[in-house]
Amino acid sequence: MATPIQTSTQTNGNGNLTNEEILRYSRHLIMPEVGMEGQLKLKRAKVLLIGSGGLGAPLGLYLAAAGVGKLGLVDFDVVDFTNLQRQVTFGTSDLGKAKSYAARARLSNLNPDIEIEAFETKLTSENALELFRDFDIIVDGTDNFPTRYLVNDGCVLSGKPNVYASIFRFEGQVTVFGMPNGPCYRCLYPEPPPPGLVPSCAEGGVLGVLPGIVGSIQAMETIKLILGRGRNLTGRLLLFDALEMGFREFKLRKDPNCPICGPRRTIHQLIDYYEFCGVRGEEAPAPDLKVPEITPRELKARLDHGDDLFILDVREPHEYQICNLRGHLVPLRELPHRAHELDSAQEIVAHCRSGKRSAEAVDFLRKAGFRKIFNLKGGILAWSDEVDSSVPKY
Amino acid sequence: MAVTVMIPPPLRPHAGGQSAAEFPAKTVAEALTHLITEFADLKRHLFTGEGKLRSFVNVYVNGEDIRFLSQQQTPVRDGDTIDIIPSIAGGREH
Repeated sequence: MATPIQTSTQTNGNGNLTNEEILRYSRHLIMPEVGMEGQLKLKRAKVLLIGSGGLGAPLGLYLAAAGVGKLGLVDFDVVDFTNLQRQVTFGTSDLGKAKSYAARARLSNLNPDIEIEAFETKLTSENALELFRDFDIIVDGTDNFPTRYLVNDGCVLSGKPNVYASIFRFEGQVTVFGMPNGPCYRCLYPEPPPPGLVPSCAEGGVLGVLPGIVGSIQAMETIKLILGRGRNLTGRLLLFDALEMGFREFKLRKDPNCPICGPRRTIHQLIDYYEFCGVRGEEAPAPDLKVPEITPRELKARLDHGDDLFILDVREPHEYQICNLRGHLVPLRELPHRAHELDSAQEIVAHCRSGKRSAEAVDFLRKAGFRKIFNLKGGILAWSDEVDSSVPKY
Repeated sequence: MAVTVMIPPPLRPHAGGQSAAEFPAKTVAEALTHLITEFADLKRHLFTGEGKLRSFVNVYVNGEDIRFLSQQQTPVRDGDTIDIIPSIAGGREH
């Protein structure tokens, strides 16, 4: 093994470390598993991070700190208040700034010796392969199915590893896709869930530390791929359960019938991933749910007028504790066997946080024979915006 | 004596909040039938209208994907663990 000083005096077409870099990376250089050779591999590496959110935070911080020579940050979003609970790259002073640029500022402060490129754009079928071209490894830290299938297909088509992780509440899944002879995301999950079956905002949420742990595992796998050291997660799905505090492992195999990495593949170029995932008009209520609505202002006027309206809150009990409109609480999924608590002769206004779950509730109750039932348009969020700003938004 | 079926966090609200359940079973199909009999709400999350396992839900017996064993006819023995692992995307609401 070469000692750091000897190696640093060798000329290398891809550049050497400066004395300052040698000091900065000394805890790497004194490890035989990294050493000067490994540190130069890191310096020459080009890693593209898709998403600068919860997973992107530890990824960006650790990969920048480790001296990965070029980092690309793809994110179209801006920093909002609810991000700060877990997206530790950002500070309160970053609110409203583009995430890709705010992250670049933070990471260049951490390590001014590396190149960081911010792409303030959504990853699309049109730009993905072009963006991937300048990078060796793609790291998927996104938060939605269409982008995950897009990242996967882009990696398979361009022959690049995809360091994958996803998180939900207290649990994370991590693996490495797209390695030669290794499985891809479609081998694991040929199709995404239809939109109606993904857990709703009520059941969602994520404990802030979780992406810190899971994103750090992604960063470790990325560095191992660059160094060519150890056993990476190819062919293994690592499941982390923070509540139980344990890791479990599941075997992943290449699917011989995989439509993109199998021998009889049918996908030869990037497709429309929103169509593939059945997502049309994100955030909007499903288009088939046209139910009678009442706006927050109309509701306020009718309540002020003394009208006898029954307010039905279909959120979860823990959401009711955050804020409420003093409605009768029946969580959406309990509605089918608790509909008897409601009087179909009375006018009912159903609400939730954003108006989506309550639209389902109104739809359900109308089919059950309720005629005088309305959905509060925009939910408690719109109520806070338009009627009573003392009601907190969450 | 029974097999243990592990219920993943996204599906726990449809299983009375339980993280695991035990059933006597000789095949994966038998165990899953017990599961959806006890928790009827889980059925539409695990199976299509035609009774096929949904393609975003993988089932493992002792860490091995049943798609590469004998699918739902994969035999199980007392003490085996059946895991249900649905795909999760992250925080974005759809």
